[in-house]
Amino acid sequence: MTWFRKKSAQLPMAFRRREVPDGVWMKCAGCGEILYRREVERRLWTCGRCGAHFRISAADYVAILADEGSFTPLFGEVQSVDPLEFSDARGRYADKLLEEQAGDPAREAVVTGRARIESQPLVLAVMDFHFLGGSMGSVVGERIARAGGLARRERIALVILSCSGGARMHEGILSLMQMAKTCAELGRLHEEGVPYISILADPTTGGVSASFAMLGDVILAEPNALIGFAGPRVIRETIREELPPGFQRAEFTQEHGFVDLIVPRGEMRATLGRLLRYFADSEGRRRHRLPAPPAPAPRA
Amino acid sequence: MPGGWLDFEQPLVELEQRIEDLRLLASRENLEADRELKRLAEKADSLRRRIFSDLTPWQRVQLARHPQRPYTLDYIPMLFSDFVELRGDRAFAEDTAIVAGLARFRDRPVAVVGHQKGRNTRENLRRNFGMPQPEGYRKALRVMQLAEKFGNPVITFVDTPGAYPGIGAEERGQAEAIARNVREMTRLRVPIVVVVTGEGGSGGALAIAVGDRVYMLEYAFYSVISPEGCASILWKTREKAPEAAAALRFTAPDLLEMGVVDGLLPEPPGAAHRSPAAAAATIGDALAGALAELEGLDPGELVERRRARYLAMGAYAPEP
Ligand SMILES: [Zn+2]
Repeated sequence: MTWFRKKSAQLPMAFRRREVPDGVWMKCAGCGEILYRREVERRLWTCGRCGAHFRISAADYVAILADEGSFTPLFGEVQSVDPLEFSDARGRYADKLLEEQAGDPAREAVVTGRARIESQPLVLAVMDFHFLGGSMGSVVGERIARAGGLARRERIALVILSCSGGARMHEGILSLMQMAKTCAELGRLHEEGVPYISILADPTTGGVSASFAMLGDVILAEPNALIGFAGPRVIRETIREELPPGFQRAEFTQEHGFVDLIVPRGEMRATLGRLLRYFADSEGRRRHRLPAPPAPAPRA
Repeated sequence: MPGGWLDFEQPLVELEQRIEDLRLLASRENLEADRELKRLAEKADSLRRRIFSDLTPWQRVQLARHPQRPYTLDYIPMLFSDFVELRGDRAFAEDTAIVAGLARFRDRPVAVVGHQKGRNTRENLRRNFGMPQPEGYRKALRVMQLAEKFGNPVITFVDTPGAYPGIGAEERGQAEAIARNVREMTRLRVPIVVVVTGEGGSGGALAIAVGDRVYMLEYAFYSVISPEGCASILWKTREKAPEAAAALRFTAPDLLEMGVVDGLLPEPPGAAHRSPAAAAATIGDALAGALAELEGLDPGELVERRRARYLAMGAYAPEP
């Protein structure tokens, strides 16, 4: 569900960072209740009445999920270019990038780095819907692949929170190839026994759901998140029928067997902590079972 | 429209019809028409060259979607022998938008997988216009893993508008099916050679298009989104599809330049549908060349090279 229907590009920066408007009071787009803004923030940007989860920025997710001060951003040096010199009815992609970056060229639709959750080390990637709809272009693909590589070399868990409409059209076929790139790295994690937890936030669709988001060893989802391959509008236009209630929502996706657990935002950190301890314990035991390295040869 | 010609083909088709009529008339009436026939043939050649040397991206899209364009089941008998089709995903259903099976290619056993469109309304209803559902992708993976079990190469033909956007497809995990295929194809321990023969429609194409060698027919296109879909989002109207087609840079020469495909396979004069056998011969030579290069590789080396190929794709700063 789109809580605030205005296009983010047309909103001033203060509004864009978080799709929750400034002010003392705000209205829940889920139930219409007028909510006290500080109370909503205290509830991790969810509605106290209907439980709606408002869409938040990558920075907000990092603050909610990671141990305080534990997040070290990495791969910010991987930055977007305009390989196709793409322009559409509204102008050049290169200009759109500059506008979305708002002075910080490291800003993109994913933030990656090291973190700890309940003291467990991990590599964390969080997508940001506020940057071009969280779309995956070359930078998203490369940062996610590098995050996967780091987790694999250090044998610590990879956690990716997806929040994206899919592949980024402005980078054409190169965006599509990011699906293969991220999956190639995940194939290595799979073979080498390195854990990967995928968290699906609203929305997770298109080339993101059809690549890394659906490949978690464990797949968690926020309540009511839209999860699917095709967007509901495209499906409605193709089949010319109304879609069933709840279609493609997290609960529907879980019922059909594609999500392990639906976890409210306030419980996500504790759930991740439990899983990360399980994986760390498994890794410790695996190391214990490995044959000891050969003893150094005695000196002559 | 089955059998229909594209607007820009029309003058050429008419001229060729005139030549054919004159040839028939001359032979029936025993007339001397060689000089005129030669003149018309030269005219047709130059007209064909003029039309095909300067195609817009949108005209290439129309050629890739040409109602007479050869499909997987047209290529299979021209390229393979002893084809045995394997059906069903062994979990839910058979999906006829993808054809898969075992065959011999120039005397070596291979697995073949390809999208299949229909040539008329009835066939298209059966083939779902070449738009697979999850069970199609799962069948494709099953057959590819069967090839892996026996150490045989996989050859795929890509020609789809995209994965089917429907309620059932979503319920049965369209996204998961595509994701799994893409990941498993990056680690399959046998050679994979891909030929984009028509429309490379986004994730629905990629789900059978991860390979060690990826070729494109000259007038095929391969895109992150259909030109109509892109136009309706970024131009707010599907009418702007020709503009989107140009902006997306998805033609075979574009993809070759970007390093996404390894080779552009030239089509016969007037495109593949004018001479399917000639198109098949070109594809066959490319497949044979690729397999000769790949079959000697150790499976581990093969997979590492394939991963490295995809891990290197993308454009960002600083340049890798
Ligand atoms: Zn509410």
